Amino acid sequence: MEEVKLMKGNEAMAEAAIRAGVDAYFGYPITPQSEVIEYLMHEEPFKRTGMVVLQAESELAAINMVYGAAACGKKAMTSSSSPGISLKLEGISYMAGAELPCLIANVMRGGPGLGTIQPGQSDYFQAVKGGGHGDYNLIVLAPSTVQEMADFVDLGFDLAFKYRNPVMILSDGAIGQMMEKVILPEQKERLSNEEIIKHYGNWATTGKPESRESNIITSLDLKPELQEIHNQHLQNKFKTAEKNEVRYEQIQCEDADYILVAYGTSARISQKVVQLGREKGLKIGLLRPITLWPFPKKIISELADHAKGFLSVEMSAGQMVEDVLLAVEGKVPVAHFGRMGGMIASPSEVLDAVEKEINKI
Amino acid sequence: MTTEVITPEEIIKKGKIVFEKTKLMTDCTLSYCPGCGHGVAHRLVMEVVDEMGIGDNTIGVAPVGCSVLAYEFMNIDIQQAAHGRAPAVATGIKRVFPEKYVFTYQGDGDLAAIGTSETIHACNRGENIVIIFINNGIYGMTGGQMAPTTLPGMKSSTSPYGRVVESMGYPLKITEMVATLPGVAYATRQAVHTAKLVTKTKKAIIKAFQNQKDKKGTSIIEIVANCNSGWKMTPVESNKWLDENMLAYFPLGDIKK
Repeated sequence: MEEVKLMKGNEAMAEAAIRAGVDAYFGYPITPQSEVIEYLMHEEPFKRTGMVVLQAESELAAINMVYGAAACGKKAMTSSSSPGISLKLEGISYMAGAELPCLIANVMRGGPGLGTIQPGQSDYFQAVKGGGHGDYNLIVLAPSTVQEMADFVDLGFDLAFKYRNPVMILSDGAIGQMMEKVILPEQKERLSNEEIIKHYGNWATTGKPESRESNIITSLDLKPELQEIHNQHLQNKFKTAEKNEVRYEQIQCEDADYILVAYGTSARISQKVVQLGREKGLKIGLLRPITLWPFPKKIISELADHAKGFLSVEMSAGQMVEDVLLAVEGKVPVAHFGRMGGMIASPSEVLDAVEKEINKI
Repeated sequence: MTTEVITPEEIIKKGKIVFEKTKLMTDCTLSYCPGCGHGVAHRLVMEVVDEMGIGDNTIGVAPVGCSVLAYEFMNIDIQQAAHGRAPAVATGIKRVFPEKYVFTYQGDGDLAAIGTSETIHACNRGENIVIIFINNGIYGMTGGQMAPTTLPGMKSSTSPYGRVVESMGYPLKITEMVATLPGVAYATRQAVHTAKLVTKTKKAIIKAFQNQKDKKGTSIIEIVANCNSGWKMTPVESNKWLDENMLAYFPLGDIKK
């Protein structure tokens, strides 16, 4: 049954995982996302649905536990924050190479290094440009509300299994920690072992009956000509995802002659900026990418045919702005406004930046 | 004088089969150097799985190292893990498939250097898995570099004048280390370079899988093996060297039973 609750983003994601019929969560504590594993341990989903929850000895171990469970055709997930995600990247690259579906949440904090425990958005490059070694992409979902923290669990697993590829929820410390109303979905049944064999028995390691060849999960091919064929297959999947999975939200873009591009916490601030700007008579709008990969290039290119300029608002030194620049294709100026190190921009300072950029045009 | 020509099929028909290839080994040619102990260890694991009738219910984890391609030789479902992470991968499998048999097959670099943390913590949780640990005191796959188990004074491509313990540390007795953990049900050190030792090792593997069946916790079987290529010896020389040197530092027998 659906349920309305007031919850933190991290808790909403954890509860949504139980309700999505996730089979296993493996995690390691790190601020600002420790509530995910705390909530799960407190909630004891192994009693509710049979879901496994395990605190690993490190982020490395956690992602490799996800690897093992995902390779069995199970819904497995992990979550962490920036420094922990850096550690998981080895495993994420292996999972992309071995074509394993899984969900990874990054509740970003400010970096680099140990950085700060306050919110950040400076892992954009890491999330959307690969991060780990080799040619691969993650499907990256960027929630901007507690509701989306919950909703993107089920969506994330759908996409992960559709493409047999890891999916990342790229959130930040503000969305993870803030409390909002959330409508929790109905409980989904976990798949039985028989259903897993039926659906994923052609690739998952479920135990080899005599009737089929052995299922092997590997990202290795020592023969370069075969490894290239495998890479081409991955690239074809990514092309399909780029075609079919772009998601975004437009806020007052229809008549806007200046467009802000922002995701997550920055999108919430930018929405306020649009409201304040409109009150001052500025025709500004907000394009909020929901999928950061695949990036909503086409709509940005189309908006660039009418708008006079773009401002990428991020809690980073300017990462997503590069993708906005590529999408705009030089048609109009693209600027960046960012705060770093865990600082969150105020709507008034972003509005000042918008006015400054508009005056330059 | 006439000679009766007997075809292989006729020999099979006439004679009683007393020994044959393990069903759970594939027909792929082993990628291991002639003389290497990996082939025997592979066969023993698969023989035990076959004889216990659990081939359709067993999932293996292959490491990074010489046995990275174990999945080409073992005819069961296998996952290949990142370097050192096999015990974490096995944990993930066993937690979602507690009714299946799960084992890792790892070398010394994989298990006792880069994967030390995963090894110790899987053992400490008492994960109900079997760990097969091949200790040949060297990194074979990458061309004979120093391993955590390389003996003092032993030459390798990264200890060309011999392992200097003062600067490079001592060979790690990780099986003894994990044997101290309550989660470990069985820790033993075996070898496969003589027929007698092969028989003993097989018994140890049977015991380990039986432990898993009985949900007793982690079983770890260290197999001290030769690496004639890495040690730059003939297979016969390497077996002799193993007897005289490796087994002096890594004595055979049960460490915890």
